[in-house]
Amino acid sequence: MHIVVCVKQIQNPEIASALLRVDESTNKMRLAASVPPVMSPFDEQAVEAALRVREAHGDAADGIKITAITLGPETARQVLKAALSLGVDEGVLLSDPACQDGDSYSTALTLSRAVGKIGDVDLVITGRQAADFDAGVVGCGLAELLDIPAISFVRKVDVEGDVVRVERVIENGYEIQEAMLPALVTISHEFGPPRKASLRETMRAARKPITAWSVEDLDLEAGQVGVSGSRRVLERLFIPSSDIKCEFINGVTTEDMARELARRLHEANVL
Amino acid sequence: MSAANGILVIAEAEGGVPTDLSHEMLGLARRLAETTGGTVETVLLGEDLGDSAETLIAFGADCVHIGDGPGYAAYLAEAWLPNLMKIAAAAPPAVILVGHTSMGGDLAPRLAFRLGTTVATACVEAEINDGRLQATRPCYGGAAREVISFKTDPAVLTIKSKSQVAPEREDNRHGKVVRLSTDVGVTRARIIERKIKTTTGIRLESAEVVVAGGRGINGPEGFKQAQELADVLGGAVGASRVACDLEWCPPSYQIGLSGRTVAPELYFALGISGAGQHMAGCGNAKNIVAVNTDPAAEIFKSSRFGIVGDCREVLPPLIEELRKLKHEAGT
Repeated sequence: MHIVVCVKQIQNPEIASALLRVDESTNKMRLAASVPPVMSPFDEQAVEAALRVREAHGDAADGIKITAITLGPETARQVLKAALSLGVDEGVLLSDPACQDGDSYSTALTLSRAVGKIGDVDLVITGRQAADFDAGVVGCGLAELLDIPAISFVRKVDVEGDVVRVERVIENGYEIQEAMLPALVTISHEFGPPRKASLRETMRAARKPITAWSVEDLDLEAGQVGVSGSRRVLERLFIPSSDIKCEFINGVTTEDMARELARRLHEANVL
Repeated sequence: MSAANGILVIAEAEGGVPTDLSHEMLGLARRLAETTGGTVETVLLGEDLGDSAETLIAFGADCVHIGDGPGYAAYLAEAWLPNLMKIAAAAPPAVILVGHTSMGGDLAPRLAFRLGTTVATACVEAEINDGRLQATRPCYGGAAREVISFKTDPAVLTIKSKSQVAPEREDNRHGKVVRLSTDVGVTRARIIERKIKTTTGIRLESAEVVVAGGRGINGPEGFKQAQELADVLGGAVGASRVACDLEWCPPSYQIGLSGRTVAPELYFALGISGAGQHMAGCGNAKNIVAVNTDPAAEIFKSSRFGIVGDCREVLPPLIEELRKLKHEAGT
């Protein structure tokens, strides 16, 4: 069995929102130099899901290969290294300059060609969305381009034979769903925390291969990928301003404060 | 934008009736249709839908395509897509609106790519300027917004709950109803079982008062106090992702980017720092009241009233005071 996990390098989403700055001439978020980029947290859980599927196969785990793919700048190699040090076997880097600044469609198209080139992929795992643009389109969109079934917002994954069985989170509970392989699943945060890299795996990771593919390697043309292959235009990126001024309730004791707050809420007619 | 001028709304039903978000989308669709001069078509797939088609017409649909049968009992992309593709092909719309839900988030990318276009998800605003649709959506965990337009037709948007105004119901509106085939054929994915939690009390999304707890509420005990406060005000209890991850409350309480979206009159943020991903779920609340030990907490920037203090100390007297006020008001 071959599992492919799609991972994305993003600005650390834990960064204080006060540090976010938009470069208005390029409509891009200005990266805070002091905070290194990271693997999108949902993608860390996607890697964890792949590792758990393999581990669940016990003695047969050796027959399961896991490949991580990333599309991004050359620095995205770091998230592949991170994946390898967690236990992923190989990395594929799509850092062709033509592929940059794309939208969900051109990204999904590029990834679909990479999955096709890897060949014989049984299961594709992605995060439910990347924690920068929060779009959540590439996962199910990739399944559409690959013409395979997709199950989104998954919190538990098991593979038995040629069937993937999952728990899918919905608004008021969850569903148990099955799909025939090959299939794609997107992992939701309810999946739970991912493991940390062990020293042993990190040492092994140095010897694992990372392959870089250009647009030509994927049998694509520059006009089909990145910003030129995009179907949407990013017109403006901005930080919304808030004109709310907080009225702090003061008091000597908490009882005073509570009484005052109740009074102010009553006066403001919001009860 | 092409010559197409229709707006297609993909509605959703819950318990056999259209969801509030479906009505909101009809409100947006009517506003867009005023600019394009087109009609508002709606699709609803489900089971035991009763007079849902008439309801959708009363809320603004000109034509409702309805598929009512056991094959549509629960959403599956492969079951939904063929009928939707047929409708979109028969009368290509300018804009397709889908709810930003577990269904819409799954369906919209596939539908958009199959139609040769793309989708903007979780949109909070959409308008047509000089014949071009522009959609605004939160990103960077709710800390930023992007405005996007489309190079391809139709523009597919998923709409965030509570972002639009639903029209007044007009029971004398007229519209057409088209019955769809309910034969869904074989799908490669299937639902084995649905585990639905029936919630007692007031639904979080429709509550006028929401009392939400975060890390600073200090454990499951804090949620008992939150419930007490909610009971006094006739509200519902929610939580931040941290509180849910710590299992201080059920995961269904989660409000935020990957949880529920609420827009109540009054929102109590108890021990919630106000991270963008939480604000994405409550930023449209009319009045936020924050209690936090950290005077520099982000949440105060979005709050109308704030108390710098420990929830455990503030809540008991606050509950008491509000109970007195409610009693005096005779409610």
